[in-house]
Amino acid sequence: MTDIAIQITEAAHRFGGVAALAPTSLSVRRGELLCLIGPSGCGKSTLLNIMGGLLAPESGRTEIFGEAITGPRPDRIAFVFQESTLMPWNTIIENIELGLIFQGAAKAGRRERAAEALAAVGLSEFANHYPSQLSGGMRQRAALARVLCLDTDIILMDEPFGALDEQTRMVLGEDLSVLLSRTGKTIVFVTHSLGEAVFLADRVAVFSARPGTIKTIVEVGAAHPRTPEFVTSAEFAVLRNRLYTELHEEIRRTMGPELRLAAASADGGRVAG
Amino acid sequence: MRASRAIQLAFVAVLFALWWQATHGWHVSALLLPTPLAVLLRARVLISSGEVWTPLAATAIEVAGAFSLSAVIGLALGVFIARAGLRIRVAEPLLTALNAIPAILFFPLFTLVFGLGAGSKIALGATIGVFPIALNTISGLSNVERPLITAAISMGASRMALLRHVLLPAAAPSVLAGLRIGLTLSFLAVLGGETIASFDGLGHQIADAADNMEAATMYAYILVVVLVAAVLNQALARLDGFGQRR
Ligand SMILES: Nc1ncnc2c1ncn2[C@@H]1O[C@H](COP(=O)(O)OP(=O)(O)OP(=O)(O)O)[C@@H](O)[C@H]1O
Ligand SMILES: [Mg+2]
Repeated sequence: MTDIAIQITEAAHRFGGVAALAPTSLSVRRGELLCLIGPSGCGKSTLLNIMGGLLAPESGRTEIFGEAITGPRPDRIAFVFQESTLMPWNTIIENIELGLIFQGAAKAGRRERAAEALAAVGLSEFANHYPSQLSGGMRQRAALARVLCLDTDIILMDEPFGALDEQTRMVLGEDLSVLLSRTGKTIVFVTHSLGEAVFLADRVAVFSARPGTIKTIVEVGAAHPRTPEFVTSAEFAVLRNRLYTELHEEIRRTMGPELRLAAASADGGRVAG
Repeated sequence: MRASRAIQLAFVAVLFALWWQATHGWHVSALLLPTPLAVLLRARVLISSGEVWTPLAATAIEVAGAFSLSAVIGLALGVFIARAGLRIRVAEPLLTALNAIPAILFFPLFTLVFGLGAGSKIALGATIGVFPIALNTISGLSNVERPLITAAISMGASRMALLRHVLLPAAAPSVLAGLRIGLTLSFLAVLGGETIASFDGLGHQIADAADNMEAATMYAYILVVVLVAAVLNQALARLDGFGQRR
């Protein structure tokens, strides 16, 4: 078997004539967690949707485990989105089970599998609650349980913690690191947070400004699961600063020339997030 | 809740007081407006003698027939149209325009085709009831949050599974509102049809009593219709509550 989980070759896409993704090639290794980071609107979600078969690129090729992708592959790829995609009319456990129903899993053992996944993210108590009765962090935890339950080789996450506060996001990141170090899944994770990227990723791919393409890839050597101590280490700071420098150039480039001076300070604050 | 119920009851009481005043104080002719007591007594006779049951049953059957037809056709049409963006753009304005034509105009045609019995009332009620049901189904289905659909598709949902587990539950409140309006309109249309041309039904009794200048009987039947409408309204409110429970 090949060591490459996802192979993107010269994929490019335009939306109604507007270039969203410039020709991009990328190999995602089996079992790694790759973060995508870049200025807003540079095509990160576009690339992720192409990888998952939700969007057919105008040109280029996508393969997973050597097989061309032409549409969704629920047997091998699962998504977590930024906004809650739990069905509001179903309870949490029903929502997780629904994923299995969509995937076509046999009826026997479905409820048990759903309950197991819910226990893995520590939400057993809330099995019979509706999504509206949960906090934003708990909802994303439930979405994580759903994706774990689907048990695909590949998980694509588009700013899954983007709508959450810094503290909740840190804790969920730690949990994710622990959960995933056990499962050996291949993950592509879009984020705007430099800290989150360094904390979670084996490699971080930095996008250039729109129409984006991957500019550099930064390796993070530390072993999984990562601990809070890693965040305070010198290694972490060096990597984070390196990403900051790479990204800052690109974000500067997306600003109009007359905006540059005025935006400079605000800019720095945002990137530091 | 309590206060609003009290105001509603007060409104009904004021209505009865005005009615009493009109017949006793202002001496409105008993041919146009009998006293409340005379009407209530007549209603009691109609009910206790069992006279009311035949027309009530006739109307109930016609409303049930009209509503079932409009529900089945309206839902099927709504789902069919909402499945494709092009069909929505073509069909929705068309349905809205058709809905603006007073369907009562077709009632003479319906009596020619279906006769003076239940058939023509069912046809009229169904024709009028089908539009709000179809239109609300379309609007409910086409306003489902996009991310929910994308997520379901990414998990492998088939078209049927998507409809059953995502689109219909998401559209349920709007569909139920459509059913509610459809039922009310079917009820009104059936009664209207009965007063125009029929053999039986509450509307027929009202028209008949008016023809024979039996004002007390006419008002007694109107009272029965009001009671039926109130019961229907209660049942529909239950249905709405069901749609909103989540
Ligand atoms: N469905 C669409 N229709 C039209 N244009 C789109 C669509 N989706 C994305 N775009 C455009 O394509 C470009 C890339 O979008 P994309 O969502 O991939 O960016 P992103 O990097 O994920 O941004 P963000 O960080 O803000 O989520 C943007 O300029 C966006 O306006
Ligand atoms: Mg995005």
